[in-house]
Amino acid sequence: MNGGQDLGGVHGLGPIDPEIDEPVFHAQWEKRAFALTLAMGFYGQWNIDQGRHARESMHPAKYMTSSYYQIWTEGLIKLMLDTGFVVPGEVHLGRQEVTPRDLHRDPVGADEVAAILAKGGPASRDLDTKPKFKTGSKVRAIRMNPDGHTRLPRYLRGCEGEIVAYHNGHVFPDTNAHGKGENPQHLYTVRFAARELWGADAPANDCMHADLWESYLVPA
Amino acid sequence: MAHDHDHDHHHHDGDHSELSETALRVKALESLLVEKGYVDPAALDELIETYETRVGPRNGAQVVAKAWTDAAFMEKLRSDATNAIADMGFIGRQGEHMVAVENTEDTHNMVVCTLCSCYPWPVLGLPPVWYKAPPYRSRAVSDPRGVLAEFGVQLPENVGVKVWDSTAEIRYLVIPQRPQGTEGWSADKLATLVTRNSMIGTGLALTPDQVAS
Repeated sequence: MNGGQDLGGVHGLGPIDPEIDEPVFHAQWEKRAFALTLAMGFYGQWNIDQGRHARESMHPAKYMTSSYYQIWTEGLIKLMLDTGFVVPGEVHLGRQEVTPRDLHRDPVGADEVAAILAKGGPASRDLDTKPKFKTGSKVRAIRMNPDGHTRLPRYLRGCEGEIVAYHNGHVFPDTNAHGKGENPQHLYTVRFAARELWGADAPANDCMHADLWESYLVPA
Repeated sequence: MAHDHDHDHHHHDGDHSELSETALRVKALESLLVEKGYVDPAALDELIETYETRVGPRNGAQVVAKAWTDAAFMEKLRSDATNAIADMGFIGRQGEHMVAVENTEDTHNMVVCTLCSCYPWPVLGLPPVWYKAPPYRSRAVSDPRGVLAEFGVQLPENVGVKVWDSTAEIRYLVIPQRPQGTEGWSADKLATLVTRNSMIGTGLALTPDQVAS
């Protein structure tokens, strides 16, 4: 979706303003928002692409003026409302109003956390089709403007590049984010010359890379 | 800001009340999720402690220092970074598919996630605020040299900048150039030169002089 999250090339957003000796968290609530998001994710009731889509669905004006843990908090609330973990009145009051979902398991305990984090959630999948492109292939990113989730940013659409790496099959976010299946596809790293993306003023020897699924690409 | 009433007053006040509102919202959320039996507060504490004290850029610094001192490891990092890094014990969430990109005399690498906040957690921990915020995400791809200047990094014109936008689940670790004057240093000593920003590509590794001062 062409939402507030698709930021590559946007102007006027101000200085980067890095903080010296930045702490991991800036407030107690950030710690809790972070941990709640992970802990609720452990139930597997939504996938990483649904999580990203919940966050990017925020109004662009709000997205760009919220801190990242505020975006996470609102995303988590949306996911929990969508999946019936909570109802709006409960979120407002912070008190239970309806019976909890029966998840047939206890919440993850402190002693289980390390193993779950170590396991992670690999996105690679075996495919029995052959990749259409190989390293060195010239490709063009397609033009499209889906109102759902996609990982093809606007600044790359319609531009020509070259495959520089192949990563086997990976879960396809555009369907996975909408509960329409993993539909894994071949994934490639594509290099684009800075001048192809940004025009003649860009430095001749700079380039940008993105990891793109096969259906985002056509031969150039 | 109770101590003065300058023209910043309104601005700070606004920030403060907004943050309080968020803090209350998160507090209410945690109370609700504990009451409903969905989360165990001890598990939340464990998650926080993991990323505050155990998983952070010191991990990545060990990877870089090993790459600088162990040619066989550097080779493995080039061909299979995920397993090379896993062999050092850095595995799991947001590091399932790793790629290492090397800075050289004529190439400087810089990593961004324009679409969200993708970052290699097992080696760098959780990302800094600026990495997740709109200014960096917008300009890292369109004006990387301008971004580097804001971090105090000026590259010679002959050095090409390679930007890596983390659009899928591949996570990138920059291997900065080994500083001069570190011949014979142990991997542990070299790791003290490897900053978080040098592994994102918004900085360079420190020189021995910078560490000494």
